Amino acid sequence: MAEQYIPILVMFVLTGGLVGTMVGLARVLGPQRPNPHKGDPFECGNPPSGGAWGRFSVKFYMTAISFIVFDVEVVFFYPWAVKFRDLGWPGLAAMMLFAFLLAVGLLYEWRKGALEWD
Amino acid sequence: MWIEVGIAVIKTLTVLLLVLSLAGILGWVERKGSALIQDRIGANRASIFGFAGAGLVNTMAADPLKFLTKEDIIPKGADRLLHTLAPCVNMFPVIVAFAVIPFGDVLVIGERVINLQVAPLNIGILYVLAMMSLGVYGVVLGGWASNNRWSLLGGIRGSAQMISYELGMGLAVVAVVMTFGSLDLQAMARAQGHLIGGWIPGWGVLYQPLAFLIFLCAGIAESKRVPFDLPEGESELISGYFTEYSGLKYLMFFMTDFIEIGVVAGLVTTFFFGGWQVPYLMSDGFHFPWGAQLLLPQIVVALLQIGSFLIKVLFFCWVQVLIRWSLPRLRYDQLMRFGWKALLPISLANALLTAIVVLAFQG
Repeated sequence: MAEQYIPILVMFVLTGGLVGTMVGLARVLGPQRPNPHKGDPFECGNPPSGGAWGRFSVKFYMTAISFIVFDVEVVFFYPWAVKFRDLGWPGLAAMMLFAFLLAVGLLYEWRKGALEWD
Repeated sequence: MWIEVGIAVIKTLTVLLLVLSLAGILGWVERKGSALIQDRIGANRASIFGFAGAGLVNTMAADPLKFLTKEDIIPKGADRLLHTLAPCVNMFPVIVAFAVIPFGDVLVIGERVINLQVAPLNIGILYVLAMMSLGVYGVVLGGWASNNRWSLLGGIRGSAQMISYELGMGLAVVAVVMTFGSLDLQAMARAQGHLIGGWIPGWGVLYQPLAFLIFLCAGIAESKRVPFDLPEGESELISGYFTEYSGLKYLMFFMTDFIEIGVVAGLVTTFFFGGWQVPYLMSDGFHFPWGAQLLLPQIVVALLQIGSFLIKVLFFCWVQVLIRWSLPRLRYDQLMRFGWKALLPISLANALLTAIVVLAFQG
């Protein structure tokens, strides 16, 4: 079973080499003429308005937490999807109960506005 | 054992060559195609002694040389390691996602049967989804490491968008897995070789039309292309999370965009359009439904299958370029609303409906 992954390892090594070469070439081939204005953040010509690390909206956090919950649900769907024919109607009933519980969670989030404005 | 490694190396190099030339050609298709759609001529100045090679000189020589020879600027105050690492982390997963996409059935050389897929994983789809999830890191790192408020905003928006659409994509793929009963992409491509009613090729789109539409939308949103390109926001954030990159690093981000178009096209082809299947072509030749047969040597069959795969992938890449230049951009709240309130419930309903229909027909 592990020998299925040897080509993956080959691909990883070759792709890593390609990507590393590209970044290395970037450093070697281009001219290096540092200039204080080149290092400023790009703001369409305005003088830099300060550091980048401001405050975040909490909507991004809500999105990430919702993603975690539903992604784990999707992961649980996969083994059932492969074997659902053998599991028949009882398996479908169990899975629909699981999906229903999480769908209630999605509906709650929807009504509470956690999916808004973002 | 070393022969297997050698064959794997040859297949990997073939796929890498395919991927990189696809990225280059797509850059040209994008520029010339957008020019034709917008009723202008596009880039036509690059030529060697008057030979423009139908755009190949521009794409293969002028553009890469220009990007290679630009200065590599790291903004002051940016984290130098992360700034260098971000394009690598962005590009690596999308290229290795090609490792499980089958581009042909088998190639028989002597007694050796070579499966035309770089890695015959029995969990193929999970690997592809995992690699596409890793792509989120590149976006976040690119935005964070730039020390620019607007790059960071683009990076955060981009990652929020990508994770929202991964859910719809994952559930659409669940319906596809249920139809074919396997996670292995080569098995899915082989399962689409049968004929429905003796005439119509049994391609996935006939069994899962809704999953096809959901997957296409979610795939375009994952690769952050118009109409979902607010993180890149060309009219607002200049280049969003890759504003502060120059030269080859910018080319890497740009190429990742095009390679991801190729990945989405390859997956759509494999799941819904038969992968490398040519209608009526079996492993020894054509078997037409009206009784005629055309027997062909195995190498010709393999070449026809690879050609069919390439044509379908190029068609879906072209469809994505066409969509980019025809539709306006979605506003960010519209985008998130579409992902969470439309795609997620619809793909969940599609998966459960598929299960009910299949069990009803079987039981």
